[in-house]
Amino acid sequence: MTAEVEALDETERLIDSLGAELRPVRRLAPPARRALRWLLVVALVALALILRFAHLDIVAQRLAQPRIALECLATALTGVAAIFAAFILSVPGRSSRWAWLPVPPLLLWLGASGLGCLKNGLSLHGPAGFFGDSVHCLMFIAGASVPMAAGLFWMLRHARPLAPLPVAALGTLGVAATAAFILQFFHPFDVTVIDLALHLAAVAIVMGVGLLLRRPLLAAT
Amino acid sequence: MVAAQAGDRRSYERLLREITPFVRGLVRRHCNNHHDIEEMVQDTLLAVHRVRQTYDPARAFLPWLAAIAARRGIDGLRRRIRIARFETPEAGVYETFGDAAANNDMDGVRSAQEVEALLQHLPPRQREALEALKLRELSLVEAAAASGQSVAALKVNTHRALKSLRALFGSGGLDEPKG
Repeated sequence: MTAEVEALDETERLIDSLGAELRPVRRLAPPARRALRWLLVVALVALALILRFAHLDIVAQRLAQPRIALECLATALTGVAAIFAAFILSVPGRSSRWAWLPVPPLLLWLGASGLGCLKNGLSLHGPAGFFGDSVHCLMFIAGASVPMAAGLFWMLRHARPLAPLPVAALGTLGVAATAAFILQFFHPFDVTVIDLALHLAAVAIVMGVGLLLRRPLLAAT
Repeated sequence: MVAAQAGDRRSYERLLREITPFVRGLVRRHCNNHHDIEEMVQDTLLAVHRVRQTYDPARAFLPWLAAIAARRGIDGLRRRIRIARFETPEAGVYETFGDAAANNDMDGVRSAQEVEALLQHLPPRQREALEALKLRELSLVEAAAASGQSVAALKVNTHRALKSLRALFGSGGLDEPKG
């Protein structure tokens, strides 16, 4: 028997064994619907926390400023777009161009935050010193991202993504941006350079950890 | 595919047999070695099996299948490049010696307990591959279906496991058994 025939025979045996171990599976809902479910759960939990703990009068004052309102909107859109893209790319057959979806709101977020820094005179020192409360921001984004990422990866791994890298990158960007958006409700001061840098560092940390752990988290092969 | 998702074995096997030539054609675009082509076809079929819950009947089947084949093709290509970059064939592997005992690398391992102790030093996936293929003597296909590792990954992990075992002996990381 030639090697070629042996290889074909092995493929035949593989088909037989896959057939033998076939079990019914529950078809996954469309990715957009699954993304909406995750966003809805996060929104409900965040809303409860905001109503319970945030100083809504300060939030209202801040949101009255168009630049800050734009920054908040762009942060939220970055989160939503990245989460949608992560779910869409977790299943085969979708265009990889979906990965670009969060880029426009991300640029808007960075632009609006950058404008805030310029407006505040690029001062490295906030009212509370060099780092001020910015370290708390970093800890908030990183800390809030953990439970959100756990839920997200739990949902994403049902699709067993064949290309885990973009899925993990987009998912963690979405989680970190969502955490940064929720942070806005507990962030009583305007952005400084250090503040923005630590926000970005927190996003980078969350993405870095998610990318490092992408294979075990997504159960990819 | 819808019937396969519901657990209809006959439809599933028929589908897999019908898509195999299509997948082979796709794979041939990336690869011209017959052995590698068939390995990538098998990897694609395993991937189809693993992600069959993601197929949405509202969308076309062939783009879904082609995306899986393309992904496995890229993974296979990367793997071959990685192996080619870091590993070179070792002529001595096939050398035989006049002294029959010298031809047996595992000559000193006298009991199953000693083998078991050695395997504990290997990463889990390498150990799993070695146990399935060399100790339980499963075929590549059976081992792939049982472990969830692809055929190519099994081969690589087995090769690395054997290499690691040799390194463990060579470095004195273990008490090398006396022949």
